[in-house]
Amino acid sequence: MATVENIAMRHEDSDAEGNAPVVAVEDVHKSFGQHKVLNGISLSVRRGETLAMLGRSGTGKSVLLRLIIGLDQPDSGSIRINGEDIAGLALDQLGGIRKKMGFLFQHAALYDSLTVGENVAFPLRHHKREMSNSERSDRVQQLLVEVGLESALNRMPSDISGGMQKRAGLARALALSPEILLLDEPTAGLDPISSREIDDLILKLQRERKMASIVVTHDLFSARTISNRLALLDQGNVVVEGKFEDLQQSNIAFVKEFLKQA
Amino acid sequence: MPPLALVNSLLAYIDQFFGWFGSLGIFAWKVARAAVTPPYEWREFVRQLDEVGSKSFPLVALAGASVGIVISLEARYSLTRFGAKSMFPATLVYSVIEVMGPIITGLVVSGRVGAGIGAELASMKVTEQIDAIEASAINPYRLLAATRILACVLMLPLLTLVADACGLLTGWFAQSLVEPLSFHQFIESGFRGATFNAFLPPTFKTAVYGLIIGLIACFQGMRTRGGAEGVGRAATNSVVLASLFLILADVVLVKFILVVFP
Repeated sequence: MATVENIAMRHEDSDAEGNAPVVAVEDVHKSFGQHKVLNGISLSVRRGETLAMLGRSGTGKSVLLRLIIGLDQPDSGSIRINGEDIAGLALDQLGGIRKKMGFLFQHAALYDSLTVGENVAFPLRHHKREMSNSERSDRVQQLLVEVGLESALNRMPSDISGGMQKRAGLARALALSPEILLLDEPTAGLDPISSREIDDLILKLQRERKMASIVVTHDLFSARTISNRLALLDQGNVVVEGKFEDLQQSNIAFVKEFLKQA
Repeated sequence: MPPLALVNSLLAYIDQFFGWFGSLGIFAWKVARAAVTPPYEWREFVRQLDEVGSKSFPLVALAGASVGIVISLEARYSLTRFGAKSMFPATLVYSVIEVMGPIITGLVVSGRVGAGIGAELASMKVTEQIDAIEASAINPYRLLAATRILACVLMLPLLTLVADACGLLTGWFAQSLVEPLSFHQFIESGFRGATFNAFLPPTFKTAVYGLIIGLIACFQGMRTRGGAEGVGRAATNSVVLASLFLILADVVLVKFILVVFP
C-alpha cells in the first residue's frame, strides 16, 4: 500500500533517463468556440519519468492528454513525440506513433460487447497479426495477472466493478508495451482503498517498464505517490512545476489555496 | 418574429442544411479511403454480414410475404373488373420484383439495421469507445463504418431476392385459394417474355439503398453528442433520414434504369 514514506523512496528511485524528452509540448493553444482551454502551455516528459498534472476542473488537463494522443488538434503550437511533431498529422500517419502510447480513459472506455480478455486482446489482434491464438492468449493472461485481474478473463465489463474496469483498461493500454503511458484520472470515482491499489499498480508498472507517463488527477496524495514531478495548471497554463516540496514553497496564491483545499 | 430575425433564422437553417451535407461528404470520403487501404478488417466485415443479412432475414421474408398477399388481393380485384384476369401472374411478378420488393426491403432494413447501427455507434461514441479504438492506432472509419456500409451494400440485393421470393410464393398461394393455378403455370405465365433488363437492375439498385442506409446510420452514430438523449436522437435520425433518402433515390434510380436499360 502506497504511504507518505515510500513517496520519498519514489523520488529517490527516480530514474528519468537521457536528456531528450519523449513528450514535448511547446506553446500549445486550444479553444472550443469562444472558450480558451489551453493558453500557450509548455511541458515535457522524459523516459522513466512520471508527470502528474493537477488543477481545477476545466483547466484543460484532459484536453492536453487528448492532444498528445492526437484525438484533437491544437490551434497552434507543437506536440513532439520522440522528436516528431504530431500536430496536423492525418489519422493513418498517427498510427505508428500511437502504437508506442497507451491511454487509460477516465471511465476505462472498455468495449462493452467484448469480454475483459477480448478487450485486452483487441490491440494485439489488430497490430500483432503474426501472433498465434495461443501466443495471444498467453500474452492476455500475462497482462491480466500483472494488473491482478486473472479471474475476470471471461467476464463482461458491465459485470465488474469500477476499479476492475480501470485495471482492465490499464491492461489494454499496456498490451503493445508502450513507451508512453497517458492516464486520465485513474483513481476518479474509486473508494480510497481501490485508489491506493491503483496507485500501487501504477508504481509497480513504472518500476518494471520505465515508461514516460503523464497522469491527470485531482487526487494530490495519488499525484505525490506515483509521480516524479507535479504540474499545477490554471487558466490554460502551468502555474508551477516541480516536486511537491517546490509547490509547497511557492508564494503564488492560487498554489497555496489549491494545496490547502486538496 | 421581426423580419430580420426571420431572415437570420432561415439563413441559420440553410447553413445547417449545407453544413450537414458537407460533413456527410467528408465522412464518406474518409470511409472510402479507409475501405480501400490495408489492413482490411475481414473479421469484423464477416460479422457485419451476419448482423445485417442473416438477422434481417426473418423480418424481410415476412414483409415480402405480406406484400405478396396484398398485391394478390388488390390485383385480382382490379384485373377481374377490367376483364384481364389472365394478366394476374405477370402483374404480380412485375409488381413484386420491379417495385414493391426493393422498396419494402429497403424500408424494413432501414428501420432494423439503420436504427441498430446508429444506436450502437452512438453509444460507443458517448462512452469514448470510438476514441479508445482510435487511441489504439486502429482506424475507426475502417473498422466500424466501412465494414458496416459494405455489408449493407452486399446484403440488400440478397435480402431483396428473399423478399421477392416470399412475395411471389404467398401471392401465388393467395390466388390459388380462390382460383387454383399450378405453381409451374404461374411461373411460366408470369415470367413469359421477361428479360435481364426487367428484373436484375431493380434488384441491384438496392445496393444503392444499402449504401444510403449504412452511410447515414454510421455518420449519425459516429458524430453523436449528448449522452442517452444523443443516442436516441442518432437512432431516430438514422431511420428517418435513411428512409427519406432511400425514397428519393428510388425516384432517380427508376428513371436511370428506364433510360439505361430500356
